[in-house]
Amino acid sequence: MLATAADLKPALDHHLSHLKQLEAESIHILREVVAEFERPVMLYSIGKDSSVMVHLAKKAFHRGKLPFPLLHIDTTWKFREMISFRDSFCAENGFELRIHTNKQGVEEGINPFDHGSSKYTTIMKTHALLAALRDGGYDAAFGGARRDEERSRAKERIYSFRDRYGQWDPKNQRPELWNVYNAKINKGESIRAFPLSNWTELDIWLYIHLENIPIVPLYFAAERPVVEREGTLIMVDDERMRLEPGEKPKLEMVRFRTLGCYPLTGALRSTATTLPDIIREMLLTKYSERQGRLIDHDEEASMEAKKREGYF
Amino acid sequence: MQPTKPETELIRQDIHAYLQQHQQKELLRFVTVGSVDDGKSTLIGRLLHDTHGVYEDQLKAVKRASSRAGLEIDFSLFTDGLKAEREQGITIDVAYRYFSTNKRKFIIADTPGHVQYTRNMATGASTASVAIILIDARLGVLQQSRRHAYIASLLGIPQLAVCVNKMDLEGYSEEVFRKTSAHFSEFVGQLGFRGVTFIPVSALAGDNVVHRSPNMGWYDGPTLLEHLERVPVSETVNQTDFRYPVQYVLRPDLNYRGFSGTIASGVIRSGDTIQVLPSGKTTQVIGIDTADGSLEQAYAPMSVTLRLAEEIDISRGDMLVHPDNLPVVAQRFDAMLVWMSERPLDRQKSYLLKHTTRSVRAEVEQVAYTTDLETLKQEPAARLELNDIGRVTISCHRPLFHDPYRNNRGTGAFILIDSLTNNTVAAGMILEGEAPEARASQRRPVIEHPHSQVSADERSERLGQKGCTVWLTGLPASGKSVIAYALERRLFDIKRLAMVVDPDDGLSQGLERNGSSPEQTPELARRFTDAGLIAIFAYASPLSADREAIRSAVGPERFVEVYVNTSSAIRKLRDARGDYGPGHQGPIAEAPANPDIEVNFDAEDADEVADAIVKVLVKRGLLPSLYAL
Repeated sequence: MLATAADLKPALDHHLSHLKQLEAESIHILREVVAEFERPVMLYSIGKDSSVMVHLAKKAFHRGKLPFPLLHIDTTWKFREMISFRDSFCAENGFELRIHTNKQGVEEGINPFDHGSSKYTTIMKTHALLAALRDGGYDAAFGGARRDEERSRAKERIYSFRDRYGQWDPKNQRPELWNVYNAKINKGESIRAFPLSNWTELDIWLYIHLENIPIVPLYFAAERPVVEREGTLIMVDDERMRLEPGEKPKLEMVRFRTLGCYPLTGALRSTATTLPDIIREMLLTKYSERQGRLIDHDEEASMEAKKREGYF
Repeated sequence: MQPTKPETELIRQDIHAYLQQHQQKELLRFVTVGSVDDGKSTLIGRLLHDTHGVYEDQLKAVKRASSRAGLEIDFSLFTDGLKAEREQGITIDVAYRYFSTNKRKFIIADTPGHVQYTRNMATGASTASVAIILIDARLGVLQQSRRHAYIASLLGIPQLAVCVNKMDLEGYSEEVFRKTSAHFSEFVGQLGFRGVTFIPVSALAGDNVVHRSPNMGWYDGPTLLEHLERVPVSETVNQTDFRYPVQYVLRPDLNYRGFSGTIASGVIRSGDTIQVLPSGKTTQVIGIDTADGSLEQAYAPMSVTLRLAEEIDISRGDMLVHPDNLPVVAQRFDAMLVWMSERPLDRQKSYLLKHTTRSVRAEVEQVAYTTDLETLKQEPAARLELNDIGRVTISCHRPLFHDPYRNNRGTGAFILIDSLTNNTVAAGMILEGEAPEARASQRRPVIEHPHSQVSADERSERLGQKGCTVWLTGLPASGKSVIAYALERRLFDIKRLAMVVDPDDGLSQGLERNGSSPEQTPELARRFTDAGLIAIFAYASPLSADREAIRSAVGPERFVEVYVNTSSAIRKLRDARGDYGPGHQGPIAEAPANPDIEVNFDAEDADEVADAIVKVLVKRGLLPSLYAL
């Protein structure tokens, strides 16, 4: 018998299971930010963590509409399936979706092939994000980052203070105690709030499974056209994918463990077509989820460097 | 993350059974304290490694870096996350780590032992149910072990686990373990933990961390992991006193009005009568709503939405409680503070205090004592500095609904925020009992005449200068006014705020022309200085008694005496008023004995003199040092 949401009840009387505790904590953070900030926004990246975060936000403000818009930073290099999922998901739920693209970057033809993943990410993601936050006048932005993802994330606060340039100063973070968060900022400064800070990848998958949360089909194995480069499988998602001379895409059963821009995201050979299959594979794997992310390998401490500049 | 062997089998064969098991896991948060020398990072690395909380690619990266340092695996590399930390080989900030077994999910708050340990440990301890302290078996109980145990108890951690580490280096000796445990037991026995457990381990070799050690047959207690899987998880949550700080009013349409929040403590059932604080009104709970449907009852730390029978005006920051079980409602209380800011506590300043969902202005009326972290003795103190822990009396502008921290973490904890920098400057834990009567001079104004709510430090922080009186003294026509205005201009150009009081302006008209300042000048100088201004006075003030009166009115630390000693030839040349004309007898003057600076017009122009005075102001600490030209 497969477990359902109804089974997700306290393990003992007056005693919450770990997922219920994580859920309660996230809802607390979501409500706290909405109560204390004037213009919150939720960064929506279409991935599984975003799906969980939006699900939790629906729970926090149940019966009502979300009291903030979703913001997607579209680099124009996302998987096509991500974009169609985003549009139908937001339409079905009646979410207010704002999409921001660095138009200048597009005009200048910035792409992951010619400019390298690092420069490309800075221009199309970090700069775009900072511009979107500034234009929207947002004083708080929710992000779906988790502390178990990467080691500089492990040190980040739930309310991560950013100066007027969106920069993170890891050595000068505000102390954060209990569940009492400091929401004081000056005009122009902002807070990035991370309701999923204490969730792990396993928690996310268990929760998606138990709560039946919709996710992009790319997480499930299917036959997809891929090329193999330096041991990484890259999906040929559209005609913009540059093939090396003699390189031919072939159909393989693959899935994705994390989702980003398709030329920068490695696929896994897999036959997992259901959530329990995915969880089984994840539990038995020997590699962390960020292994498939090319942008994190650029330089040592690259995530920290990106975050200092204003990346999520 | 890789599961253990029997789990791997279960996952392979019956993933559904595995999922069933894992969705009901408990959550335990613990804090580890200590420095690299104690082997803390090694212990955590060992815990993560042996519970398969580390992936192959992470392990490879760590092995690569370890070999650079000449080690096989440097476990501390698992935990140091920031570039500066890896470069300097130290841990700067609290890091959170995660691992799980089939019984529990664990959140580790990993706090550094050396740098800023008090602030970081308090942060990590604030959410923990267990504190793990390491003692080096070779060194025995050190002062820092006591200190760490004290902070753990202060933050209300119920369970202490003491790992006597590096047992391999002491030949796995039972005697060493017994002696160390007995020695430390004596001390921690007084700290009020609900449970203290001693475990002999070797983090490096892996003895008794996850796997039972074959080298210590004499030990029949749990391994560290076994202990962490068994220790009670919910002791930090008060299960009896219902406290519900209203967080958010949920009003999606005209037909629905609910009060959202996280239950801080206790249990609420549908139908219960509740009382609203501060209004005191009572009504019934008619619905405990969640997105998954309505509940019959809810308890801490669930996040729910309560619907009430009557329309009562309730907003964020109010608290719902049972009328027969009320919290303390008070504006003044005593608390233990952990000071976390470089800027010391300023008793004149009003801070923002955030407690549950309520934010109020508050002052620290008095400091009863600080705890000396070397001796753990109470020392008298007037203020708190970075990493100090002390007992204080706090006075809020509006009442808080609270319980003593030791009975209720959720309603006994607060933070203080500096309203100028917006930084979190202190963590507070409310103590039992009433606050002592305020001393008359410190009592908040109730009947007393209202007084300024802005302190001198706040002014000086805002203005980037300390208020002071620059007193130019010197014979008539020596150039005091010219210097005064040049100085004013100079200060204005570097964005400082100054003003000139010149005997030739309207203020002093009708006074005798002996160069003395009017009678009210000392009071005037004090007020300008209190306002944070750099007040520049240009009276000849020939009598030293007059100048002393000013000095004592504004205070010597805020008084700068400038002796304008221009030669008589130049004075005569400059003489516009006829002070030195025919018939003039020469003013009598008592030249200052010890001026802060002596200047003259013989060689310098007014701008150069002004610059010289600015330098003096910097030297005296009245202007920030960046203005030293």
